[in-house]
Amino acid sequence: MIKVEHLYKNFGDFKALKDISLEINDGEIVSLIGPSGSGKSTLLRCIHGLEKADKGTVYLDGERMDPADKAKYAAQRRKMGFVFQHFNLFNNKTVLENCMLAPMSVGGKSEEEARAIAMEYLGKVGMADKIDSYPSRLSGGQKQRAAIARALCMNPEMMLFDEPTSALDPEMIKEVLDVMKELGRQGMTMIVVTHEMGFARKVGNRVVFLEAGEIIEENESEAFFSAPSSDRAKDFLSKVFYD
Amino acid sequence: MADIFTAENLQFMLKGAGFSLLLALGAVAIGCVLGIIFAIFKLSKNKILNFFGNVYVEIFRGTPMLLQILFFYLGVPVLYQRITGTRMNANPYIVGLIALSFNSGAYQTELIRSGIQGVDKGQWEACETLGISYKTMMKEIILPQAFKQIIPPLVSEFIMLIKDSSLISNIGALELLYSAQVLGKKYYDYLDPLIIAAVMYLTMTIVISWLAKKLERRLSVSD
Repeated sequence: MIKVEHLYKNFGDFKALKDISLEINDGEIVSLIGPSGSGKSTLLRCIHGLEKADKGTVYLDGERMDPADKAKYAAQRRKMGFVFQHFNLFNNKTVLENCMLAPMSVGGKSEEEARAIAMEYLGKVGMADKIDSYPSRLSGGQKQRAAIARALCMNPEMMLFDEPTSALDPEMIKEVLDVMKELGRQGMTMIVVTHEMGFARKVGNRVVFLEAGEIIEENESEAFFSAPSSDRAKDFLSKVFYD
Repeated sequence: MADIFTAENLQFMLKGAGFSLLLALGAVAIGCVLGIIFAIFKLSKNKILNFFGNVYVEIFRGTPMLLQILFFYLGVPVLYQRITGTRMNANPYIVGLIALSFNSGAYQTELIRSGIQGVDKGQWEACETLGISYKTMMKEIILPQAFKQIIPPLVSEFIMLIKDSSLISNIGALELLYSAQVLGKKYYDYLDPLIIAAVMYLTMTIVISWLAKKLERRLSVSD
C-alpha cells in the first residue's frame, strides 16, 4: 500500500505538484490521467524517488520512505518496479542480459538463477524468442515488453508505469497493454500514468485526474468516465474522445 | 649513402619504433585509468573531488608536454633528494611512460567525461529504479556506452601519443626519433634516417586507424 501525504514539488518557479495526497491499496490499478504538464509523471517519479519532493511524505506499507535512511530506503524502492515511456533498456546489453543484471548484482542471484528468472518473465511477456537481441533490433512494443519483464525480474510488490505506450507506434500499443492487463489480473498493484482512456476505464479500478499539479477528481474508473463530476474532467474527456 | 640501409640499422630503428609504440600503448592504457578516475571526480557532487579533477586537467593540459617530461626526469629526483636525502636514478623509459601517461590522462579525462555525459539519462534512471549500485552501473552500463561514443577521439589520442613519444628522446630514451638521430650522427646523413622514421611512424598510425575502424564496426552490432 502506498500513501502520499501533502506532496509538493517545484521545478524552479514552476509548481509541478501542489499538496498531493493519495492512497493506493494493494491489488489496485490506479490510472493517473490529465493534460500534459499536469504533474502526473512528476507524481509517479516522486513516489518512486526518481524526483525528490520538496515537501511531503510517501509511506510504503505504512512505513515512511526517508532518503536519509539509505539502506531501508533502497529496500523500499526495490519493492517498486518502474517502466519508462522510452523503455530505457540497457543499449549495450541483450534482452536477456538486461533482465539478468539486477537480479545478479542487486538480488544476489547466481547466473543460473538469474537466467531462470529472466526466462520466466520474458516468456510471460512473449519475448522468449528475442532474448539474444540488442534493444536497437527490437520494435517499440518489444522493447517495452522486455522492459516490463526486466522490472518484474526484481520481484516488485507494485509496478509504476510512466506513459508506457506513449512512444509506441499505434499498432504496438495493444501488445503492451495486454501484458499490463495480465499483470493486473494476477493481482499486481499498479500505478499507471497514461493517455490510454480505454485501458484506464476497462482495466483500471480507479482514476486520479490531475491538472496544474493538483488532484481535481478521483473516482472509480467506470464512474469517472460515465459521469465525471468536475467541469475540468468533463472538458478533458470531451477533448480526448473523438465522436 | 646506400650503406645506411643495412639490416642492422633497420633493426636498430625498428627497435626504436617498438619502444615508441610500447610507450604510447602503456601511456594510453594508464592514461585511460587516470581518465576514468578523474572524469568521475569531475562529475562527482563532491566539491573536493571536483577540485582535484579540475586541477589535474588544467595542469597537464595547460603546460607543455616537454616541460612535464623534464619535470619528471630532472625535477622529481631533486624533490626526492630534498625530502629523503638520498639520490634517485631516474630511468628515462619509466619517467617517459609516467609523463606521457599523466599528460594523456588529462586529455582522456575530458574525453571520458564528455562520453559519460553523452549517455542517455534514461540509462542512469533505469539503473536507479532497479537498485543497481553506482559501481556496477558505471562498469556495466555507463562506461561501455561512453567508450563506444568516444572511440574516434581516443584513437586520435593514441596516434598523438605515438608521435609525442618522440619527445622522450630529450631525456635519452632510445625511441624511434632518437634512433634516427643516432644513425644520422653516425653517418653524417640525417635525410635517410628521418625519412625511414617518418615511414615507420606513418605505418604505425595508419595501421592503428585501420584497426580502430574495424573495432568500431564490430562494436556497432548493438546499434
